[in-house]
Amino acid sequence: MEEKLPKNPISEQKLAEIALDIREDIIKTLVEAGSGHSAGPLGMADVFTALYFHILNIDPQNPTWKDRDRLVLSNGHIAPVWYVTLANAGFFPKEELLTLRKINSRLQGHPHFGSLPGIENTGGPLGQGLSQAIGMALAAQMNHQKYQIYCLMSDGEHDEGQVWEAVLFAGKYKMHNITAIMDRNNIQIDGMTENIMPLEPIKDKYEAFNWHVIEVDGHNFEEIIDACNMAKAIYEKPVMIIAHTIPGKGVDFMEFDYKWHGKPPKPDEAKLALKELRSLKGRIIGEHE
Amino acid sequence: MNNLNPKLFDKDVQTAGTRDGYGQALLELGEKNHDIVVLTADLAESTRVEEFGKKFPERFIECGVAEQNMMGIAAGLALGGKIPFVSSYAVFSPGRSWDQLRVSVCYTEANVKVAGAHTGISVGPDGATHQALEDIAIVRVLPNIVVEVPCDAIEAKKTTLAAAAHKGPFYFRFGREKTPIITTDDAPFEVGKAQVLKDGDDATIVACGPLVYQSLLAAKQLEDKGINVRVINNHTIKPIDTLTLAKAAKETGAIVTVEEHQITGGLGGAVAEALVKNYPVPMEFIGVQDTFGESGNTDELYEKYGMSTDAIYKAVQDVIRRK
Repeated sequence: MEEKLPKNPISEQKLAEIALDIREDIIKTLVEAGSGHSAGPLGMADVFTALYFHILNIDPQNPTWKDRDRLVLSNGHIAPVWYVTLANAGFFPKEELLTLRKINSRLQGHPHFGSLPGIENTGGPLGQGLSQAIGMALAAQMNHQKYQIYCLMSDGEHDEGQVWEAVLFAGKYKMHNITAIMDRNNIQIDGMTENIMPLEPIKDKYEAFNWHVIEVDGHNFEEIIDACNMAKAIYEKPVMIIAHTIPGKGVDFMEFDYKWHGKPPKPDEAKLALKELRSLKGRIIGEHE
Repeated sequence: MNNLNPKLFDKDVQTAGTRDGYGQALLELGEKNHDIVVLTADLAESTRVEEFGKKFPERFIECGVAEQNMMGIAAGLALGGKIPFVSSYAVFSPGRSWDQLRVSVCYTEANVKVAGAHTGISVGPDGATHQALEDIAIVRVLPNIVVEVPCDAIEAKKTTLAAAAHKGPFYFRFGREKTPIITTDDAPFEVGKAQVLKDGDDATIVACGPLVYQSLLAAKQLEDKGINVRVINNHTIKPIDTLTLAKAAKETGAIVTVEEHQITGGLGGAVAEALVKNYPVPMEFIGVQDTFGESGNTDELYEKYGMSTDAIYKAVQDVIRRK
């Protein structure tokens, strides 16, 4: 396999700075769009940062390079964090983020394959991503290609039957070139996952389906990166990384509140959110008002 | 009669299942093209992909009874450069996997081929649960996909080869029973081009699938009464051949559509949509009339549900009266 990008060591401090930029851009993008999801994108900003700035073997200048790692986003509603991360990684100009959900935009409300460089699948209707990822993984195996397929899923979408069809399949075929990552933030649109449709014990369920499961703090870069490295090394089973995240992470009034699952901040809320994010970065608050 | 099996009207006309044409074509394709992949959901034998699985095990994927996952996997395979053929009964795929067909395949423009077996009321004894009478409607409403209904095993083979050559989503349906061989190996076949099998000026029968045979029989009987009916094999439902249909409407002034599917949304609906805009003429519709089927043998079901040669014969006379 062609190794396109020699990995420069990147410090956790640098990753944290990038993740903060990404959170700021998510807020700016959402307030401009006027609709969309807030909690999931903010909660997954650290995982996306770790993937696009350290883990994935990709080349933003050559987004269809055939041996690239693939990222499949199954819960397409967290598209804002994907778009913002891709723009920050150099896949397309950052100015374009402000066109999200608007007419004639390449940034559709839910991701559409073929519309935008770096988007590897169409997603939104829940439960479809893992099947798509399995197909890509089978194609890679048939073609003797070594790329890894990362499938990002929500916890709530595990209510869908198709997910379990795919989990069963991947266990049978020992899909070693798939790394699934679950955003375990415990919320879905109507409330807490354990109230809507309990998923626990979710780790035991995956293990019973012949997967290897790793649990990580979804806001700890070292844990995310170590888990992805381990997942790639495990050859006899597909791997599910359960990333425990805080929905709305970084914005105090959004954190842990399921009501922020499916709505964007209003302009005054966005201002407050940006203020919080920037103060975390250690800057002087007044400078940015 | 154009390009028809010379023994078509003989008592011992050769028969074969359209699904057998599919299986044969896949074996040919598998040899020639290493990107061909076949998936099934626990129906390898009855969808006629078992032989492919034996010959090319590394490109044959048994998904278990899980049609939604199968459709999604096919989309992923296509994005990875493969040409997947999704094989199941149409009541399950696209019946159960329609959302995956819509999002993962059609909207994505993934190069996926979906073969729906056991379509039409002629599925017979299994009863209504297994008789796909809605698949044309639910697939042709989706953008970016071709919809084909081969009339016999030879055309099913050609359709399968054409599906592999076509870039993009492609749906085609088969029957269960052995049905007469209507066409010949040399008969022209082109996706999007309806074939005029028999010339005539008094009315036109536009048919698809194995009922093309009953349509030709009815036309032959009408000829004995001095009524000259044109018969069109409209194997491509989408994109529909508006030119050939409008020409027939103009030259014969009346149309009867014939299909083993609900009239609403099926061939009848598609032909009506095309003609209302381009050349409206009186129409009659042979097909399933907004009802479910039941168990029985093929001829009994055709008779009871109004798709027999006699029903077609009568519909042509009815439509001519309305000219």
